[in-house]
Amino acid sequence: MNAAHAHDAHHDEHPSGMTRWLFTTNHKDIGRLYIGFSIIMFLVGGILAMLIRTELLKPQLLFSPELYNQIITVHGLVMVFAAVMPATTGLANYLIPMMIGAPDMALPRLNNWGFWLLPPAAVLLVMPFILMLFGIGNGAIDTGWTMYAPLSVQGGLGVDFAIFAVYLMGASSLLSSINIIVTIFNMRAPGMTMMKMPIFVWSWLITAFLLIAVFPPLVAGVTMLLADRHFGTHFFNAAGGGDPVLWEHLFWFFGHPEVYILLLPTTGIMPHILSTFSRKPVYGYKAQVYSFWAIGVLSVVVWAHHMFTSGMPVAAQLYFMYATMAISIPVAILFFCWFATIWQGSMTFETPMLFALGYIVLFGVGGLTGLILSDAVADQQYHNSYFLVAHFHYALFGGPVMGIIAATYYYLPKITGRMYNETLGKWHFWQTLIGFNLTFIPQFFLGIAGMPRRIPDYALQFAHLNMLSSVGAYILGSAQLLLVYNLIQVMRGVGKKATTQVWEGAQGLEFTLPSPPPYHTFETQPVIQ
Amino acid sequence: MSARKVLALLSGLGLAALVAPDAAYARYPWEFPTPVTPVAKETLWVHNIFLTFISVVFVVVLSIMLYSLFFHRKSRGAMPATFTAPRTKLQFVLSAIPFLILAFVDYVVMGIPAYHAVLAMANTRADAQMVVKVTGMQWKWQYQYPGLHIKYYSSISTPQAQIHDQEPKNKNFLRQVNHPLVLPVNEKIRVILMSKDVIHSWWVPAFGVKEDSIPGFLRETWVKIDKPGVYRGQCAELCGVGHAFMPIVVDAVSDDQFKQWVAQEQSREQTVRAQQAAATAVTYTKAQLVTMGQKVFTANCAACHQANGMGIPGTFPPIASGQPFSAAPNMIAALRKRGFITPGGKIVEGPVVDHINIVLQGIAGTPMPAFSSSLSNEDIAAAVTFERNDFGNHTGDVIQPAEVQAARAATQKP
Amino acid sequence: MDRHVDSGRTPSAGPAGPTEGGHHRRVTFILAVVVLGFFGFGFALVPLYNSFCKLTGLNGKTGGPVEASAVVGMKADRAREVKVGFTSTVMPGLNWRFKPLHNYIVVHPGAVTRTSYLVSNPSNHAETGQAIMSVVPGRAARYFKKLECFCFHQETIKAGESRNMRLVFFVSPHIPKDVRSIIVSYAFFPVKKHT
Repeated sequence: MNAAHAHDAHHDEHPSGMTRWLFTTNHKDIGRLYIGFSIIMFLVGGILAMLIRTELLKPQLLFSPELYNQIITVHGLVMVFAAVMPATTGLANYLIPMMIGAPDMALPRLNNWGFWLLPPAAVLLVMPFILMLFGIGNGAIDTGWTMYAPLSVQGGLGVDFAIFAVYLMGASSLLSSINIIVTIFNMRAPGMTMMKMPIFVWSWLITAFLLIAVFPPLVAGVTMLLADRHFGTHFFNAAGGGDPVLWEHLFWFFGHPEVYILLLPTTGIMPHILSTFSRKPVYGYKAQVYSFWAIGVLSVVVWAHHMFTSGMPVAAQLYFMYATMAISIPVAILFFCWFATIWQGSMTFETPMLFALGYIVLFGVGGLTGLILSDAVADQQYHNSYFLVAHFHYALFGGPVMGIIAATYYYLPKITGRMYNETLGKWHFWQTLIGFNLTFIPQFFLGIAGMPRRIPDYALQFAHLNMLSSVGAYILGSAQLLLVYNLIQVMRGVGKKATTQVWEGAQGLEFTLPSPPPYHTFETQPVIQ
Repeated sequence: MSARKVLALLSGLGLAALVAPDAAYARYPWEFPTPVTPVAKETLWVHNIFLTFISVVFVVVLSIMLYSLFFHRKSRGAMPATFTAPRTKLQFVLSAIPFLILAFVDYVVMGIPAYHAVLAMANTRADAQMVVKVTGMQWKWQYQYPGLHIKYYSSISTPQAQIHDQEPKNKNFLRQVNHPLVLPVNEKIRVILMSKDVIHSWWVPAFGVKEDSIPGFLRETWVKIDKPGVYRGQCAELCGVGHAFMPIVVDAVSDDQFKQWVAQEQSREQTVRAQQAAATAVTYTKAQLVTMGQKVFTANCAACHQANGMGIPGTFPPIASGQPFSAAPNMIAALRKRGFITPGGKIVEGPVVDHINIVLQGIAGTPMPAFSSSLSNEDIAAAVTFERNDFGNHTGDVIQPAEVQAARAATQKP
Repeated sequence: MDRHVDSGRTPSAGPAGPTEGGHHRRVTFILAVVVLGFFGFGFALVPLYNSFCKLTGLNGKTGGPVEASAVVGMKADRAREVKVGFTSTVMPGLNWRFKPLHNYIVVHPGAVTRTSYLVSNPSNHAETGQAIMSVVPGRAARYFKKLECFCFHQETIKAGESRNMRLVFFVSPHIPKDVRSIIVSYAFFPVKKHT
């Protein structure tokens, strides 16, 4: 396949240096920018996580409670908006045109703007910390990523920084969502009908629709918050006829679908990986696509299950409880299809496959505990306790993060043309799996025993489990350095050259292109049978 | 044996080896604290059903996956099948079974008990004789018994020295208060909740109750405790700097003891008033005031102004004079108006009367609360004296309770 | 990473032909309109939410004043009793004392009842406040009808002044039979006067 690569090399035409990256409208460059940015922010968020677990290692105060609140808030915002979302967007940008046989994204210049809005947003989130070091302001946003009013109305300058960061990240996500939808609708290769699209493309189409539906209301919400803070309005203040609970509804109308926005693209990548390494076609293509639709639709009608303790009428509690349970069905269908895909396959266990299987197990725990959280009464105990913290880390690390890591290993040889170090990859997986479970299993028990989240110091009966959890977090955190090292090695050109197909069982248009693919692909669109 | 217990046992075995030796007081928090109210029992029951079910599902599904991982390996010579969907009608029907089971469990096995639990929790049919009003504020609770004329604040009583690791932590570290909520057992009590600033959440795990307190809008829940004892919990909604430091302690007592307590509290109100009047007449020495003041400061002021009096830049002004300070304009303006900050932005000791007034009235629009109703003249006199003679401040001012009383009187008469 | 450098074409020159471009513009335009629509929907949620609250009693919000004419011909249901409790809260920023005259009153649904709250301002300056009321349980809220209430307007209390704030209400006879006890809360919030 090297010959094919050399043959295509002379088609690679692009400017060099900084301007290449700054002005690029090439989907592969932008995809790589997104992924690189996401890895940097994943490390930033990870460092914050290590600080959190260090504070909680023992029942004592290392930071001021105020700084602690800032760290947990920025950890949440960075991980959700600056690490996971850009990673899946990056994969979309890189892969979707190749998967559907398009030469590029439909709106390349918009694509460039979409990415370059993100670094300033990240700076806005993190800068208040740095300003505080120089004695300016009182640090970053400290309200928790949920930014509940009136605490966020009361908060310092950090809240304003976060609001503007949300504007930028919102604009970025909306631009890329529009771009992805237009690309999928208009630029499929001849013969690539909707129901022939790779599953990852489908998952992103639903994700993009969700983003378009729920991000604008959040932007409206933070606009109201900004107005309440500075222009004397009373959207969230009872005194002026407003209502603090309204913020909770606005936030979770966005916040719950956001979970699926993080999740769906990785549920879309799963069948690709599972089918490749079990050398067997994807099982239940249609079932999975319909499940995506069902999840997308259900996700926007269950938001208030995050608010069971906020005082809700019985009818609303029952509705949100039963509606939430309904989500378990399409999610279970996805799991069923994944199992059926590997069933009677001929499996090998390279790193992407390990992470994909880890995804099934960890996200399985996240999903199942989510099911018990749906109960409006038991939620009185789980809500805002460490049980919840453990649950959503199983759902969001076990799901999206594991999925993104799996996708990274899976497509790394395709993107760079080099194989990564398989041994290091396996170490990375096992250390991640052990570290993650050691971090979060104790947290289930902490929550059940009554430890609330977002506290820097705790009662003595929580001491042992917290120490265990922190030790787990260090194992988990250090494991990610293996990934970074592996990535750097690959980028330095260490490692075997990757073949066109990369993996023995890999299917799909992207695996008909050389590794790395030429700068411009599919100028003549392939025809799908 | 429920699945929860099995889980607990399994993890207990694994964890026992790793348990740290230091906290001698740790109980092993594997499960919900023993439930003592109908709602908590209901919750535990539902929790057990749910957890049993998901544990079974997890184990079954994981076994299927492990089976497949073992037997469908390339290294064992497995040849890949090619099916992509159910091939026969029978297969189609069979593949629907797991989802039917899931739906059955969701809406019948779990859904029906959950339905009854929701109704039980919202039950306002049987009228509660007693009402307790819980008011959350940054960062303490106020308990009020309407009709009994009892109303008091309940704030954390763990000494700052323990929080800052200067002395050993006691058994109920961070879960003790100066004045617990006292409730009779075996009586249905309606708990209504209100907040004075941001959203708080009143959570006592043994009661199975967690309800938000919202500024402006009333919330309610109920408890019926069936066992006397001391039950501890804490605020469960992030409410700012002191969120970890607003514990809830409920002292559940027998009906007789409760009546005694009520009588005591009611007469105490009067005694306190009399004592306050007497204390106002007393003249203390500076040393006495500083000692008393340190205690008051630790309990009421140190959460924000910090034990070392340095405050937190940007939000909470230092007490120590000569320190630079910048914050939101309304805070700076209030400090400047009263002469507590130099044009160069340094904190200085302002006039005594203004100092007393700030403590009494708070500063509207800033985090500084009014202590006029929660602290006595004596306490305020002591705290102000302490503040003006510690942290490197050496004004030598001695403030007597009578001066605080005078300041109160001045604001109350036009 | 590939490091081939060749500047033969501008990367922005997309391969899409003019017809395709027009096609893209149309879909983009539609999606942009959808985005704006959902942005507007975010704001529309404010009034929607408020009417939803009024309808379901979420947050214990009650409606505005009831016209006196509505009471004409209404018969009190002597067979039933509802216990109406009262509670009061003064928010930080006001120096007032504020409490209900009665801890609770037992009323018959449909019977117009008068009570009041006592408010006094012991500070040395006039202060203005706005009372916000709510009712628990929430589903009783829309059956709690006010003919006269101090919660409709801002109230200014002069220094040293004490006042009786009248509340005239009735519990609608349509109130569900199982609701036998409701609690009414008034919370006075400070109103900042820009002078």
